[in-house]
Amino acid sequence: MMARYQNIFTQVQLRGPLEAGPLLPPGSFRRLGQGSYNYWAGKLGAAQLGPIYLGRLGIASLICAFTAFEIIGLNMFASVGWDPVQFVRQLPWLALEPPGPQWGFQLFVPLAEGGWWQMAGFFMSTSLILWWVRTFARARALGMGTHIAWAFGAGILLILTLGFIRPLLMQSWAEAVPFGIFPHLDWTAAFSIRYGNLFYNPFHCLSIAFLYGSTMLFAMHGATILATGRYGSEREIEQIIDRGTAFERGALFWRWTMGFNATAESIHRWAWWFAVLTPLTGAIGILLTGTVVDNWYLWAVLHGYAPSYPSTGVVDPASLPGAPQ
Amino acid sequence: MTRIITPLAAGAALLLLGGCELGAKQSTQTGFRGAGLEQIVDVSEIKEAAEIPAAPYPLPPDGGPTAGQSYQNIKVLSGLSKERFDHLMAEMNQWVAPPAQGCSYCHNPENMASDEKYTKIVARRMLQMTQTVNSRWASHVKQTGVTCYTCHRGNPVPEYKWAIAEGTPTPGTILRNKHGQNTPNQNVGYASLPYDPFATYLAGRSQIRVASSSAFPSSKHIVSIKDAEKSYGLMMHVSGALGVNCTYCHNSQSFRAWNLSSAQRGTAYYGIRMVRNINEDYITSLQSVFPAYRKGPRGDPYKVNCTTCHQGVSKPLGGVSMIAEAPVLRGVAPAETPAGAAAVPAAFAKPAAMTGRK
Repeated sequence: MMARYQNIFTQVQLRGPLEAGPLLPPGSFRRLGQGSYNYWAGKLGAAQLGPIYLGRLGIASLICAFTAFEIIGLNMFASVGWDPVQFVRQLPWLALEPPGPQWGFQLFVPLAEGGWWQMAGFFMSTSLILWWVRTFARARALGMGTHIAWAFGAGILLILTLGFIRPLLMQSWAEAVPFGIFPHLDWTAAFSIRYGNLFYNPFHCLSIAFLYGSTMLFAMHGATILATGRYGSEREIEQIIDRGTAFERGALFWRWTMGFNATAESIHRWAWWFAVLTPLTGAIGILLTGTVVDNWYLWAVLHGYAPSYPSTGVVDPASLPGAPQ
Repeated sequence: MTRIITPLAAGAALLLLGGCELGAKQSTQTGFRGAGLEQIVDVSEIKEAAEIPAAPYPLPPDGGPTAGQSYQNIKVLSGLSKERFDHLMAEMNQWVAPPAQGCSYCHNPENMASDEKYTKIVARRMLQMTQTVNSRWASHVKQTGVTCYTCHRGNPVPEYKWAIAEGTPTPGTILRNKHGQNTPNQNVGYASLPYDPFATYLAGRSQIRVASSSAFPSSKHIVSIKDAEKSYGLMMHVSGALGVNCTYCHNSQSFRAWNLSSAQRGTAYYGIRMVRNINEDYITSLQSVFPAYRKGPRGDPYKVNCTTCHQGVSKPLGGVSMIAEAPVLRGVAPAETPAGAAAVPAAFAKPAAMTGRK
């Protein structure tokens, strides 16, 4: 069978001199290594690995990430009395918890009472922000736009909102999310129960709409490109002046099926905005919870937004005279 | 390539199925359609109805000399007829006392009137407790009522009980300190929630309700998410003890709203207060009576929670009433039943009536 070149699950891997990339601006670090080819990486994307540019920001970010990771892991390890077997068995349950409500928003809480959580949060946030600056600086160094940095920033904003900005507004570290696999999930459920069902938070609704929309757009775009790959869709380099048959077919398909087609450029704006608005609207919803609205279900009833079901006729026993409290 | 990837993908898909529970499910609608108000029961997991022991001998008719006239040192049941009193003692022997010891588990066989055994003091208080439960707490136990057997099931100490947990040996450090949570624990359905909700809510009287009664924040309603996690832990205990899911009592639209909840939530409300009453007035008050080996690691006597009676079913002993065999345990009904006890809407008997479908 004749070898075919396709854009995913590449059946033919090219081998030749390694791509080094453009020259770095003065004052930059050297790139690490010369790069190499990897057969399995080539199955998923480009076969070339490296060279990588780490720089000051990258090194500082990795140090902070490692510090946060170690603080969290060692706290979990200590919580099972340094027992490696229990550490592995209980790992999904283990956590590093934020300070309790008695500490309010005190800056330095004793280490065992949540101080380690504050430190882990600080180093994790610093690591993320440094890595954000790095994506910004590397994009600039390559003469690119900074869309990737801003998209990454939207995710970081949601993390900071959950772990710092909202606790600051609520004046309580106890409002923040614990580090841990099941614990952060139980926190999410408890958060919704405490604030009267997050389902009725309109920004939560928007965030879900953008999340689901993102996956749908991703599937539509990916499918279109793969489906027109046989006509060389990913290689129609002169598309701006002369759209090729692959693009025309893709566009025609969507006009036939839904009457409208995104352009090769606008589909990426659609996807970018949907992805960015997911954590952005989510963060707004989180910020409003407990600060502006205390019970989202009652808020939704107030605004005629919660569906009304027939009353079951059950009354709160605590409201009846003579009932035990 | 396909030869490797296809089996790999199939294997991964099969592995994902490992998270599913096999077997037939039974689903019953319990409220308005489309609101997820249903009970889903794994048929293979339904608890077998506990065996109800036969009466030691038929209940004798009331009348004749009273226990107070016939025996010495009768403090609770002195007005009961001697025949009925003897019958109840035989039942207690069967329901509670270890077979090897029988009457001597509580009594000195040389002097039955003596209070020298701690178990007799406890048994006397438990009789008062049972009468209180059946009379004052009819809002929870209804007309089914409880007897010694509801909790004891033939054991001198009920199988399901709790005492204040030992806690970490090194508080104030991170060593072996999980702050009472983040441990696979059956009490809270193996979630990472705080796993000892009992001391807080069933001995203490902490506020269980966490959602606000107002749409907007107020300085009168400061409740931390950590309190919500604790309360959630208690609800997981109730759910496990009764073998039901959240919508047995609540509507997931609003866990807080009573007008969306089922009548069972009202029953549970009284049940929680009943348990507090039992633990406070009938068990903790016996602190000095119980010997050390009948106490928990922190020196408090073992107390009751929902599992003590329910043992995995929504109605203890499958709803079978044993009170007719020991009518004196009904106690004296208070002048008025607690308000709201009768407020069980007829709608729950017929969910279809609420959905407007024939």
